[in-house]
Amino acid sequence: MCTVCGCGGGGAKIGTAARRPKARPVSGKTVAWRPVGEHEHEHVHLDGTRHSHPHEHPHDHDHAPDEHEHVHLHADGTRHGHAHSHPHDHTHGEAHAGVEHVSEGAGHMHFGTGPAHAHVPGMSQSQMLKIEQDILGKNGALAAINRREFAARGIFALNLVSSPGSGKTSLLVRTIRELADRVAVTVIEGDQQTEFDAERIRETGVPALQINTGKGCHLDADMVARGLRKLAPADDSLLLIENVGNLVCPAAFDLGEAHKVAILSVTEGEDKPLKYPDMFAAADLMLLNKIDLLPYLDFDTERAIDYARRVNPALVVIRVSARTGEGFDEWLAWIDAGLQRARRDRSAPQAR
Amino acid sequence: MHEMALAESVRGIVENAVRDRPGCKVKTVVLEIGTLASVEVDALRFCLEVVLRDSVADGANVEVENVPGQGWCIECAGNVPISSLFDACPDCGGYQVRPTSGTEMRVKELEVE
Repeated sequence: MCTVCGCGGGGAKIGTAARRPKARPVSGKTVAWRPVGEHEHEHVHLDGTRHSHPHEHPHDHDHAPDEHEHVHLHADGTRHGHAHSHPHDHTHGEAHAGVEHVSEGAGHMHFGTGPAHAHVPGMSQSQMLKIEQDILGKNGALAAINRREFAARGIFALNLVSSPGSGKTSLLVRTIRELADRVAVTVIEGDQQTEFDAERIRETGVPALQINTGKGCHLDADMVARGLRKLAPADDSLLLIENVGNLVCPAAFDLGEAHKVAILSVTEGEDKPLKYPDMFAAADLMLLNKIDLLPYLDFDTERAIDYARRVNPALVVIRVSARTGEGFDEWLAWIDAGLQRARRDRSAPQAR
Repeated sequence: MHEMALAESVRGIVENAVRDRPGCKVKTVVLEIGTLASVEVDALRFCLEVVLRDSVADGANVEVENVPGQGWCIECAGNVPISSLFDACPDCGGYQVRPTSGTEMRVKELEVE
């Protein structure tokens, strides 16, 4: 088989004109092609006829020592490249990208007399750089910094995510009122526009910072880091981050929180966990809110929970009503357990 | 629809990677996107076309390599192929499947000259 585009050999595949990843020279590594010797070629002539025949073509060539560059990515995120060369001998059967092989005859051009038996346009001047970086790596690195700060200071941080209108802010207000006399709480509110939510939280007496994302559809780790510098939450406190009301985008952006908490209200459809699976997969806890309204609705609670656990078998579910306070004992106990864990880990970080 | 944010991250990674190669041009950007990743590949391509304009990768060809989804079925205690986060295990039909592969979103390599 042709080692560049996969054609020929045991059954010609025409149509794969694009490069295949495996044909790219990989810096720092010698790629072994199949040995040159007797083999079969498929030719396409200018008039469109195509035929194949076995033939042999021993040939000589020279090439410069295999000079190339390496890019190193260090654990701390810095990257640097440096050139070096590997002088080496080889018998045929090894690769040497970077040398063009074109043979020409009357009315016939044969791109592919090289050891790979194929011509790859542009291969001679260009080179491939291995990057292997997460697209969200920068956000992930900033989130890791937030997470380290939370851990060092015993802060239990929750990232609350849901669709708009699921009752996140009402739920936060009640949660804060119930906890305020025994736990220090600070709140980051994310919305595209307005200060309304932060004002509602401030009425409870706890500090709240509003972040407006403008056109943005989610909070990211950098926004939270900057928010933290302004808010300066106390050690051993609870930080509640109310994300932008959006069941899609916030799933992908780690803020450094201990847990994502997804809120699903019973006035939404029970099939939402399947319609928006990413969020329920990313969450550790689902609060099923507005359960005081269940008598007036056709919402099938068991089915909603079953759907959510199809997406995330480990999901913890607590049924609550921010209006009546039903289920809050369980929800507050879950928060208390997290606060205790955060404090314990701060006093004994080596145990982690 | 956070593909625009992803596209901007890609531009950042690309520019960072070729920072010490003045005058170089990025011809191809190879991405690795898992089946289970929360990315719409067509939307990402569209955003990249806009975001890469006037950068070192202006007009670069964007190749997207798919990584098939795979999950660990707790019941079967083995890896099974899945195509969505809520797929049942193809062997036992259960939903105790946690994704183990196919959620990646990475810039894999660049072709530069």
